[in-house]
Amino acid sequence: MKNIKISSLSKVLLVITGLLFFGALFVPMWQIQLEAPQYPEGLVLRLHANKIGGDVEIINGLNHYIGMATLHTENFFEFKVLPYVFGTFALIAILLVFVAKRKAVLAFLITYVVFIALAAVDFYRWNYEYGHNLDPNAAIRVPGMAYQPPLIGYKQLLNFGAYSIPDTGGWMLTAAGILLFLIVLKEYKFNKNN
Amino acid sequence: MKNKFVKAIFAIALGSALFTSCKPKNSGDAVSGDAAQKAYVAPGKYDEFYNFVSGGFSGQLSVYGLPSGRLFRVIPVFSVDPEKGWGYSEETKPMLNTSNGFVPWDDLHHTEMSQTNGEVDGRWVFGNANNTPRIARIDLKTFKTAEIIELPNSGGNHSSPFITENTEYVVAGTRFSVPADYANGDVAINTYKENFKGHISFVKVGKEGEMDLAFQIVTPGVNFDLSHAGKGKSHGWFFFSCYNTEQANTLLEVNASQRDKDFIMAVNWKKAEEYIKAGKGKKQTVKYAHNKWNEKTHTATSEIKNEVLVLDAAALKDICYMIPCPKSPHGCDVDPTGEYIVGSGKLAALIPVFSFDKLMGAIKNKKFEGDYGGINVVKYEAALHGEVQKPGLGPLHTEFDGRGNAYTTFFVSSEVVKWDIKSLKVLDRVPTYYSVGHLCIPGGDSKKPFGKYLIAYNKITKDRYLPTGPELAQSAQIFDISGDKMELVLDFPTIGEPHYAQAAPADLIRNNGQLKFYKIADNNHPFVAKGEKEAKVTRKGNRVDVYMTSIRSHFAPDNIEGIKVGDEVYFHVTNLEQDWDVPHGFAIKGADNGELLIMPGETATLKWVPKKTGIWPMYCTDFCSALHQEMQGYVRVSPAGSSVPLSWSVGTNLPKATK
Ligand SMILES: [Cu+2]
Repeated sequence: MKNIKISSLSKVLLVITGLLFFGALFVPMWQIQLEAPQYPEGLVLRLHANKIGGDVEIINGLNHYIGMATLHTENFFEFKVLPYVFGTFALIAILLVFVAKRKAVLAFLITYVVFIALAAVDFYRWNYEYGHNLDPNAAIRVPGMAYQPPLIGYKQLLNFGAYSIPDTGGWMLTAAGILLFLIVLKEYKFNKNN
Repeated sequence: MKNKFVKAIFAIALGSALFTSCKPKNSGDAVSGDAAQKAYVAPGKYDEFYNFVSGGFSGQLSVYGLPSGRLFRVIPVFSVDPEKGWGYSEETKPMLNTSNGFVPWDDLHHTEMSQTNGEVDGRWVFGNANNTPRIARIDLKTFKTAEIIELPNSGGNHSSPFITENTEYVVAGTRFSVPADYANGDVAINTYKENFKGHISFVKVGKEGEMDLAFQIVTPGVNFDLSHAGKGKSHGWFFFSCYNTEQANTLLEVNASQRDKDFIMAVNWKKAEEYIKAGKGKKQTVKYAHNKWNEKTHTATSEIKNEVLVLDAAALKDICYMIPCPKSPHGCDVDPTGEYIVGSGKLAALIPVFSFDKLMGAIKNKKFEGDYGGINVVKYEAALHGEVQKPGLGPLHTEFDGRGNAYTTFFVSSEVVKWDIKSLKVLDRVPTYYSVGHLCIPGGDSKKPFGKYLIAYNKITKDRYLPTGPELAQSAQIFDISGDKMELVLDFPTIGEPHYAQAAPADLIRNNGQLKFYKIADNNHPFVAKGEKEAKVTRKGNRVDVYMTSIRSHFAPDNIEGIKVGDEVYFHVTNLEQDWDVPHGFAIKGADNGELLIMPGETATLKWVPKKTGIWPMYCTDFCSALHQEMQGYVRVSPAGSSVPLSWSVGTNLPKATK
């Protein structure tokens, strides 16, 4: 069982992966778009690595009708941790260029996939929490109604249509994952003879 | 034989009488099949042009869309408007201050849009107040009146607020010549010829639009009617029509219609500037108000000024020249090239068109036929380009389409007539319903008209709409002028008297940095509460200040106790919303005042002096949300001298019940 060195093409791809991780720090990762007849221009929540952006104040104002808790960046430990996580991922990708072992790349890919899965679970948990934990004294109470936005995709929440989809950073992270996968694929499938 | 002849004549006369007594063609016939399509703007679609229409005796400015004729908004300018708190809130009261104190009404006749290089630029609209002479500037980022300046030495501010091609000045000519404010006005009225003077005001406009009465020119006593600035080659000149050159002071309908020709007064304002620089202006003591709206404090301030520089037209010979113009000239319009000046004698049966080049030549070669009150009178023929023959009856106003055509309204014959500026040939005519005054082509008095639509502003509308008692709808009519023939496409009712109007492409205005809401962080109102935590009530003697906030769907505080009969209570309401189109209102029972209408991020103040004890409900008047009807509160009023402590709360029952 010896460690097989990766090709220079893979090294280039690793550099790009690192840059994608790094770049994702500066743009929003995820967006929840809200649409209603009264908001033809739409409202949007943008989740960055380190904060909630977009029309937070307006959405907080609207949420009080249904008794949903208001959103504040400081209430989420995630926004303190995520910048370091992505920064570390970026460093690892660059480091792998020098390590240049295909097994190491595979291990990184697996770590990343596990991280994404955990992140999705975490995101779902928060969505559930906000959607279900409603003030019993809220003005509008619809029996059986929860206001949990979809993990990904579209859902109608009373008069609002909610789209939960990746933003620029999300697509960069997706691209980083795909690149890692391609590197692993290339190294294991086409470099078997090496 | 003879008998037969008489019979035949009789038959012909009867026949033509029958024929002519048929009901005149109305626009039902005049409208072509595709008119509805041309005026139709589908629900949710925007109009091509904004149309800023003066409200005449309503004192306000209305905003319509073209070609749909839909009313978007009425902007309060010179008249109080309890609906919007204009003139009722403490912040807006100073806007209607004058040297005569608070004036709650005026008569807004003309609108004029700011220009750059002679083209409409979409920054501001100016409007005149006739009665207590003033000029207002309306900011098109907020559609709000931002400034009002009063004009001394004036009466009936009619030839106003016309504008120079880079918005250097808005001008105002007095309609009523009166003794100057700096002279003794306690004189016999029949001393008009000796004691009454005309004053033309030049109001400088700064970079941010701020107005400043730069100077006035004193002239013989006449009635100045309308005006327009030169443009292009005639930039630097201004033209004012004047009537009553007979200088009558009673029964003007007869006594001011005696002379065959009155005048258009040409003013060389660049020359006037030179004289001001050379110190030829005389400082005169007058009193006038200058009111400004501050976007940061959401508050107006009014300053009384005491001085004006006056130039004497009779002494400084090369500022003003009189051009004879038949007969009682009304409109005075300059074509897009700046070469042709169209005079409209409202009692004349022709339209004289003057040439700027010829006028300059006549002045240079001193082709004068004498003087009028010390002002040189240029020979009529020496300045004349030509006359439009038999155009119609009662020509009033002319605008231009930028393709070499002029369009003149005829009050008496109730029509719009299109003619060629160079050849002076009549090209087309359409009837209006009825008795048209001003007309407007978007950019039609600028260097660059958008010659697609023409709007006629009519004085009479009988039989046009369902009747509404003795007083009928006011009305305007839109014509498509893009083809050879003018085509009526729509009638639409308007507010007040639609006197004059301006129009500009919609994008020029709505893409010019329009404001959607006020940033709460930038709110520097002295009584702002930037969050509910800052909401409070304070008392100083019998003055109570309520720092109140409003947000969907409650006020803070919404329970107030400890107010006493005779207190002066000031509700300073800050709308905390930071979202487009979420104003809140504020009203309290029994207030002898208006309501407040507060835009997002704005603070407004309502003064209330409770006269009776009891519980006084207050509520939001602008349907703001699903819980708007819950947006309410109570004020408890106790007798004067009561010991009920001042307390306020929201969401908590205060004060604690004392068993
Ligand atoms: Cu409200």
